[in-house]
Amino acid sequence: MQTRRQTLRQGFVVAGLLAGTGLFPQYALAFNKAAFDAKNLGDALKALGASGAPQASDAVTLTAPDIAENGAVVPLAIASTLPDVKQLVLLVEKNPNTLVATFKVTPDVEPSFATRTKMGESSDVYAIAITGDGKAHFAKKEVKVTLGGCGG
Amino acid sequence: MADPMRIRAQAQGDKATVRVLMSHEMESGQRKDASGQIVPAWHIQEVTASLNGKEVFSCEWGPAVSKNPFLQFVVKGAKAGDKISVTWKDNRGETRTDQATVS
Repeated sequence: MQTRRQTLRQGFVVAGLLAGTGLFPQYALAFNKAAFDAKNLGDALKALGASGAPQASDAVTLTAPDIAENGAVVPLAIASTLPDVKQLVLLVEKNPNTLVATFKVTPDVEPSFATRTKMGESSDVYAIAITGDGKAHFAKKEVKVTLGGCGG
Repeated sequence: MADPMRIRAQAQGDKATVRVLMSHEMESGQRKDASGQIVPAWHIQEVTASLNGKEVFSCEWGPAVSKNPFLQFVVKGAKAGDKISVTWKDNRGETRTDQATVS
C-alpha cells in the first residue's frame, strides 16, 4: 500500500533526475548543434537555413591576417553592407568543425563584428552573410598558419 | 564560477562600440591529455547583449573560438550613461552576466 505522500515524493525524485540529465532541453534547443557539428561548408550552410550555392559578393567584408603566427588566436572581423542581412557567419574550411561563429543581425546593431578564432592549419576563411530570403553571400581569404592551434 | 568579463563600451556619435573580453577555457574537444584521453569540449555556446535591459545582440559560438574570447560589436542608438550587459552560456550550462556603462 502506497500513501499519497510516498507517491508525491517519487514524482519529485523523477523530475529531479530528468533535470539532472538534461532531458528538459531548455538551452539545448536554442543552440544550432547540427550546424556546429558540420564537417564542411555546404553542410554547415544547409543547417543554418541557407538555400542555393553561396555567391561571391563585394558587399561582404572579411578582415583577416595574411599570415597568422599563432593558430590559437587568429583575429577575424566580418562586416556587410547588404540590405536585409539576418546572420553573419564565420567559417574556417579546414578546421575539424567548419563553423566558427554565427552572429544574429538585429536592427539595433551594425552588421559588423569581430572576434578571435583557432585554426588548425592554413586554410581558406569564409565570411558569409545570409539574407532574409535565404541567399548566402560570401567573401573569402586564405590565411596561412605557422603554428597550429589544435595540437597538444 | 568563472572570472568576470571585461567590457568596454565607447559612444561615438549615435552608436557605441562594445568590446568584451571573457574569461573561458574554450576547450575544443580535439586535444588529448597526457594519458591520451580526449579532453571533452567545453566552450561558450551563446552570447547575448542587452542595452538598458532590451536584448540587442546575440551570437552562437562553436569550439573554434579562441581561449578567453574577444568580441566586438556596435550598438546603434546607445549614448553615454546607458547600461550594456553581456551574458554568456557554455555547453555545461554555466552562465555569467556582467554589466558596463557606456562612456
